[in-house]
Amino acid sequence: MSDAARPYTTDHVVEYAYKRSLGPVLSRFFTALRDGQILGSRAPEGRVLVPPMEHDPDTGDGLDVAGLVSVGPGGRVATWTWISAPREKHPLDHPFAFALIELDGATTGFLHAVDAGSEARMHTGMRVTARWRAERTGGIHDLECFEPEDGA
Amino acid sequence: MSDPVETIVTPVHLLYDWTATSAQAEFLDAIQEGRLIGDRCPECRNVYCPPSGSCARCGVETTERLDVADKGTVVTFCIVRVPSENIEVSLPYCAATILLDGSNMPFIGLLQEVDVEDVRVGMRVEAVWAPKSEWGPTFENIKYFRPSGEPDVPVESLGDWV
Repeated sequence: MSDAARPYTTDHVVEYAYKRSLGPVLSRFFTALRDGQILGSRAPEGRVLVPPMEHDPDTGDGLDVAGLVSVGPGGRVATWTWISAPREKHPLDHPFAFALIELDGATTGFLHAVDAGSEARMHTGMRVTARWRAERTGGIHDLECFEPEDGA
Repeated sequence: MSDPVETIVTPVHLLYDWTATSAQAEFLDAIQEGRLIGDRCPECRNVYCPPSGSCARCGVETTERLDVADKGTVVTFCIVRVPSENIEVSLPYCAATILLDGSNMPFIGLLQEVDVEDVRVGMRVEAVWAPKSEWGPTFENIKYFRPSGEPDVPVESLGDWV
């Protein structure tokens, strides 16, 4: 209890650390992130899904687990929202955008942060590229964020 | 670092700014003095500890506060053998649902000073308080519960709770 005077107020944290088994496809995805590479899975009609999936979300058919393809690191912002007041657990400690990014070679939107500096620099269709962490552990935060291709 | 990545940890983290209601604040005032209080429903006469300020069963306000004992009876329990983050108690341990004397609403307490294999429904337990100098308006004033040594309560007398 942080404050012993009425009214009683305190920070109350609800936290669950789920440990998730990845399976064959996402295991390869996260292992590749550790190596600085983004993988997608091929689906019929030329679609490439990122993150890769074991099954086609449209039909439920199994996808080619062995044939994952490299996508990005550049891409195009398909849609975005500006986070003007980041919270403690957000990926960046200064204002940024959450964006769905169509990575080069992919046909789906990939959710990640864009470090654009200001909301005025954000626009749908803008080109961004991945900014990798130097020390990577095999998690989504191995991608620190994306940044405008013309420099953050 | 060439082993494949086979698991990830995906934390769910929710931060609340929590402010005590008036009934909860009265409870915290009392526990700061080493007492537990409940509130009694004017209709069904059930006593709830901690007090909530209303009876969920009858949907009416509860204004009568009364002391509840810091000892009670185990009505159900769970033996935890699986480690978890943020839990500092050594395994295995027993989390018990305890019906405090004078209350009709059990609450969950940690049982210590007992072999988990000996815990049973009907077992009498008592609160072990932290040193008075450490008391504040917090549940942490009660470190845990332990067997009181009193004879077990017959299971059939625990009514709906077992």
